[in-house]
Amino acid sequence: MLAFSIRRMIEAWVVMLIVALLAFVLFRYVGNPVDQMAGQYTSLADRELMHKQLGLDDPILVQIARFLWNALHLDFGISYHFREPVSQLLMKRGPATLELSFAASLFAIAVGIPLGVFTGIYKDSLWSKFFLGVSLIGVSLPTFLIGVLLIFAFSVELHWLPSYGRGDTVALGLWQTGFLTASGLRALILPSITLGLFQLTLIARLVRSEMLEVLRTDFIRFARARGLSERAINFNHALKNTLIPVITITGLQIGSIIAFAVITETVFQWPGMGLLFITAVQSADIPVMAAYLILVSLMFVTINFIVDVLYAFVDPRIRLHAMSAT
Amino acid sequence: MLQAVPAPPLLDVKDLTVQIDTRRGPLLAIDHISFHIARGEILGIVGESGAGKSLTGAAIINLLTPPIRRIQGEISLQGARIDGLSIQAMRELRGKKIGMIFQDPLTSLDPLATIAQQLIETLRAHLPLSPSAARARAIGLLREVGIPAPEQRIDAYPHAFSGGMRQRVVIALALAAEPELIIADEPTTALDVSVQAQIIELLKALCAQRGASIMLITHDMGVIAETADRVAVMYAGRIVEIGPVAQIIQSPRHPYTQGLMGAIPSLGADRTRLTQISGAMPRLTALPEGCAFAPRCTKAMALCQTQRPSLTPHEQGAAACFLLEGATV
Amino acid sequence: MSSTTPQPALPENTASWWKRLADSDITYSFTRSKVVMGSAFISALLLLLALFAPYVSPHDPTNLASLDLMNSLNPPAWLQGGSWDYPLGTDNQGRDMLSALLFGLRLSLSVSLASVILAMALGITLGLISGYFGGWADTIIMRIADIQMTFPAILTALLVNGVVRALLGLNHTGGADYWVLVLSIGLSFWVQFARTVRGSAMVERSKDYVAAARLIGVRPTRIMFTHVLPNVLGPVLVIATISLALAIITEATLSFLGVGLPPSNPSLGTLVRVGNDFLLSGEWWIVFFPGLILAILALSVNMLGDWLRDALNPKLR
Repeated sequence: MLAFSIRRMIEAWVVMLIVALLAFVLFRYVGNPVDQMAGQYTSLADRELMHKQLGLDDPILVQIARFLWNALHLDFGISYHFREPVSQLLMKRGPATLELSFAASLFAIAVGIPLGVFTGIYKDSLWSKFFLGVSLIGVSLPTFLIGVLLIFAFSVELHWLPSYGRGDTVALGLWQTGFLTASGLRALILPSITLGLFQLTLIARLVRSEMLEVLRTDFIRFARARGLSERAINFNHALKNTLIPVITITGLQIGSIIAFAVITETVFQWPGMGLLFITAVQSADIPVMAAYLILVSLMFVTINFIVDVLYAFVDPRIRLHAMSAT
Repeated sequence: MLQAVPAPPLLDVKDLTVQIDTRRGPLLAIDHISFHIARGEILGIVGESGAGKSLTGAAIINLLTPPIRRIQGEISLQGARIDGLSIQAMRELRGKKIGMIFQDPLTSLDPLATIAQQLIETLRAHLPLSPSAARARAIGLLREVGIPAPEQRIDAYPHAFSGGMRQRVVIALALAAEPELIIADEPTTALDVSVQAQIIELLKALCAQRGASIMLITHDMGVIAETADRVAVMYAGRIVEIGPVAQIIQSPRHPYTQGLMGAIPSLGADRTRLTQISGAMPRLTALPEGCAFAPRCTKAMALCQTQRPSLTPHEQGAAACFLLEGATV
Repeated sequence: MSSTTPQPALPENTASWWKRLADSDITYSFTRSKVVMGSAFISALLLLLALFAPYVSPHDPTNLASLDLMNSLNPPAWLQGGSWDYPLGTDNQGRDMLSALLFGLRLSLSVSLASVILAMALGITLGLISGYFGGWADTIIMRIADIQMTFPAILTALLVNGVVRALLGLNHTGGADYWVLVLSIGLSFWVQFARTVRGSAMVERSKDYVAAARLIGVRPTRIMFTHVLPNVLGPVLVIATISLALAIITEATLSFLGVGLPPSNPSLGTLVRVGNDFLLSGEWWIVFFPGLILAILALSVNMLGDWLRDALNPKLR
């Protein structure tokens, strides 16, 4: 188990290293950092000084090492567009995205898994067919359209919920949270639904198909032949056997939620990292893009790692395999 | 025929018919078969794959899943009809009255539950036992089926057992609630040849102890010869011959059974070459109008092409062939 | 399909081929499902509308001179203040929504198709190289694919988009927007193609006839294109259809986020972005119709892809 975790950990670091190198290439070779930072009237001598100060004359390996070292300390340079340290920008924007992603994941999992189990067990019921039809529409629709639709219904027509922003926030140390105020929670509802809906349908459809798959297996047939109750068969045997793929996909979906937050944040003008990233793409703000790339990769790699270890923990076959590998 | 109040057989199947609904119309997978199993008796069901053996077993305890369904037939257990039972009543009957063993022990057990969990839940589904009593009983069952050191092995997961050991666990599970009938569907086919005989012996011994009957489904005539009391030979969804094992082996009446017997190697026989039935069983989509075996039969007559023979009693058995009805070539 | 000897096209041969097709599971599942037939019909209709947009549009939305601010923000014809000159109303610049819609559909489909073709070309080439030659080329290509698969396509597309913008400089001409978009979407969808083709190429490579062909000096490229490719046409078609649906959504999303096509040359996504600003003031039709068409388009292509996957993959049924 430990060796398995360590091997996965090393793989995760290799991926992070590659991503960081990619970020370095972006940072160093896409556009000239001096041109971006210097004003129009900066003299040639000043430019050369900046060039030196930024260390752009150093051997390439030294530059890579410095970039990695700085990245490890969350120092990603200064945003071309905002003229502010990138880490500071991310610190300000991070909590908004994380809170939104958390609420959306909670929504997707808490509704998606029961829905998938229900439609898997009662596959011929009218509700299951209805859900499947609706879910296909949900999967096909672009996220932003769902957001626009929700705003139109609940903000413009019904005036129930705010259409943009985070509402009031409270500072918990460095963390600005919207969870503690009524307006913050109200503002969270529409964006979380928009962001979570796609993942919800994916999770529900996945759980359903896994459920159907498992319900066809021999051991379920044998469990029936042993005279176990449908309840015991569905929940003790079938559901448990669907958990492994479900954990995997759900875990990876949560990673996607953070990435898809870009769209939702734009629709709702949610002041998070996604909105920052979009601004960076629009204005070719390479340091912010590089930092976002590294941070999001870190989240993905971490989630993948956790999923892998959890996977091994749930499945005795892999657990045994991993232990015998030590 | 007039006997004094005959006790009903343990299992009595009359006119069982199973249909598969396909988009090109219904297919008859089992065509009006009737047989019975007496208390303590071992009935072998033999036939090629696709003959309908496994469906017969599944139909009895109502484990058929769409598009396969039973459309006709009476099934009685100890004289009481069980074919129209409610889902709940059928569930209580499974495992308690009729146990079932499937072909592949590797896939019959839930990979994510320990042996203890699976045994205990089965015991407690049918018997009023406390968890600790159920566990003690489970260990006893494992010892009975020959699992060494059951106290320790009981908490292992299925993947820690070999195929033969897993089939022993499956037998323990099927016997847990002391059913009166065991339907064993190719219980040894997926196992190594070396453990097949052990498993069959074990099953036979345990059922004999309990006075339970066995419906042994197999394509292996050798297993039937050694184990069963009576045998039913199935071909293309019908029973073509049924009777005591000795009679069927020594003087088979149906040309198909004769072919089957010719295909068994035996040490004492002076025949040097095994006979072989040419051709293959017709597919359900292309059943001939007359006797399903006629296209492969060396003794087929004109009559066989157009009409289906029904089971005709012969000695202590019966066979479905026009030759028995006195027709001549 | 995998047969390589040319069959003489005898009449009865073709007839039986037709009969086989008509009798096949694919045809069966197609005709049985009204939803699938409806999706196919709608997809075809939208494709035709896009193709002939310049001929069926009542106005020319690309001609800025024809715009009349007097007619801006007109509601659809059947509402108070609407006129049949502008059946679906006008936007804030007096542009006819129906015409803008048709041209937007044309652009959306054209970008998506071009992106999928790019992704397909790239994916098939890399997949063939990877599967046929193996070794370090395979390792590098598949590692990149693995890492890229970790991220959602939209993120890759955004990143490529940003990098290309930075490389071109921000003041590039409008024409480049189109190709930047095609490049960013194309680069996000090649992995699926590459993986499928690679798997098939590896299987084919190990077969005897390939070894024999190699022995008599047939060039690898020829082997790949005549033997490996025909075997993967089915799966590639499925992936292409599903990718097309995803590409339509991705294009719309990028344009909605403001990094796709500009408002002067709008796709469906751009139209939704523009219309979104008027939603709060009550001019719902500017966002509604492009959104509706986009939804219908994405949905019907997605349905087709789903059906095709299920029909060609009996195991999943």
